[in-house]
Amino acid sequence: MSNHAIREPVAVRWTLTAVALGFLALFLALPLAAVLTEAFAKGWGAYLRALATDVTLSSIRLTLIVAAISVPLNVVFGLTASWAIAKFDFRGKSLLISLIELPFSVSPVISGLIYVLLFGLQGLLGPFLAAHDFRVIFAVPGIVLATIFVTFPFVARELIPLMEEQGREEEEAALTLGASGLRTFWLVTLPNVRWGLLYGVLLCNARAMGEFGAVSVVSGHIRGLTNTMPLHVEILYNEYDFVGAFAVASLLALLAVVTLAAKTALEWWHRDELTATSH
Amino acid sequence: MTTAALPLLRRTRVASSVIPGFAPALGFTLFYLSLVVLLPLAALLLKAAGTTFEQWGRILGDSRVLSALGLSFGGAFAAALINAVFGLLVAWVLVRYSFPGRKIIDALVDLPFALPTAVAGIALTALYAPNGWLGRHLEPLGLKVAFTPLGVVVAMVFIGLPFVVRTVEPVLQDVDLELEEAAASLGADRLQTFFRVILPAIAPSLLTGFSLALARAVGEYGSVIFIAGNLPGVSEIAPLLIITKLEQYDYVGATAIAAVMLAISFTLLLAVNLLQKWRRARMGA
Repeated sequence: MSNHAIREPVAVRWTLTAVALGFLALFLALPLAAVLTEAFAKGWGAYLRALATDVTLSSIRLTLIVAAISVPLNVVFGLTASWAIAKFDFRGKSLLISLIELPFSVSPVISGLIYVLLFGLQGLLGPFLAAHDFRVIFAVPGIVLATIFVTFPFVARELIPLMEEQGREEEEAALTLGASGLRTFWLVTLPNVRWGLLYGVLLCNARAMGEFGAVSVVSGHIRGLTNTMPLHVEILYNEYDFVGAFAVASLLALLAVVTLAAKTALEWWHRDELTATSH
Repeated sequence: MTTAALPLLRRTRVASSVIPGFAPALGFTLFYLSLVVLLPLAALLLKAAGTTFEQWGRILGDSRVLSALGLSFGGAFAAALINAVFGLLVAWVLVRYSFPGRKIIDALVDLPFALPTAVAGIALTALYAPNGWLGRHLEPLGLKVAFTPLGVVVAMVFIGLPFVVRTVEPVLQDVDLELEEAAASLGADRLQTFFRVILPAIAPSLLTGFSLALARAVGEYGSVIFIAGNLPGVSEIAPLLIITKLEQYDYVGATAIAAVMLAISFTLLLAVNLLQKWRRARMGA
């Protein structure tokens, strides 16, 4: 049968394509363009001056610190959890996977709230922490904890299906030939999942640096101390410093574009070594 | 919690594997999961369980709370519907048609996953504000988007878009073209083939994408609060009201709203899961 029986007329194809692209331009391209236009509304000089302030630089530093703590912790967890889940059989596996993915269905604000209820002054452990003069809420530890919570599933979710797909034969061969468990992990398992791991790390990092709601609840918004870049964007915006707000936002948008580019490159060149469920 | 789960998580095929490290790997997994996710969530349940009937009545009887919950769930539902229609269209165009830049545009669909929500929030506000690129042209038409519930929906459409596209795309790729040819040879026109052959095949993935977009939009905060205007009772979303209550040291109120949101969200996701299971069972039979 000729192919045109299952193809739409040219006019229909063009209309559908135009509507779809129009929708994407409206919701994806225009916001991105708006960030850059607003950031450079008063020229390069104003843009650079807005970025070079002490509070902006300290917000960049804090964002990097928080990501540098939370991403490696979630990588260790992701590797351990996927090893346990993919290389062994046990009852309750699907329940465990659902629990690992739980943070994705919790509102960011609620993700912050639960730590306030646990570590805040009125919280369960609040009096104990206050007695030992250790601040979690309105301090960096709280920001790190909330960030770990919202980015918790990223690495594990990428690695679990990937390791399950790859099976156990290679590990079993290495072990039978006399390699230790750790050596097997480093020389067999880890190289096999390296692109999937990188993929998970990219997404985890983007979310860690960009998280707003959860961090907003626990931060206390202390300028120069507990403001991450997204929180700093909000403060500048609310003070009508639009060039400042959009200048910091442009750095975060750049991070997003670089993340998307790296993620797409991985999908193009290493699709076979990634999990089928990609995003 | 972990001790109760132990018999459930016992290994089932111990003898068959030479791979070591089960106990430490699962032990660390459960420890970290409990510490970071389960215990803090338990703190929320504990706090909610300690709330008295009068307090529940007072909080849930408050019209401001009800309208915030209504806006978060109603807005998310509307946005997920819009995303189901346009997300399906985008997936269709990306899978079936070829045009220059298709691969780049396909990659761009994930932008809402990668772009920090606060950035999306101020960008959308700049676009739809009365003096913005789009708001300037919509205002004379009597269409106010920024600082109204409509703005809330716009932000929620942005944040939920990739979910529908990404769940429908792979399924659409796998639809058997021979089925479509068969439908055509039996005299069905393109529209009939779409509604009778293609849509039933992708309906489960469309429903999954819809529910993921819905769940995400319900809890969304960062991209919404800038464009919403946050007028209590009109354009104030539930997550913002949680923060407002926290700032007033009303921990009970904040917890109650959070518990209601979680309960409704989990029920919705569970219902969708059961529906899918029922559907699969029926199709298989």
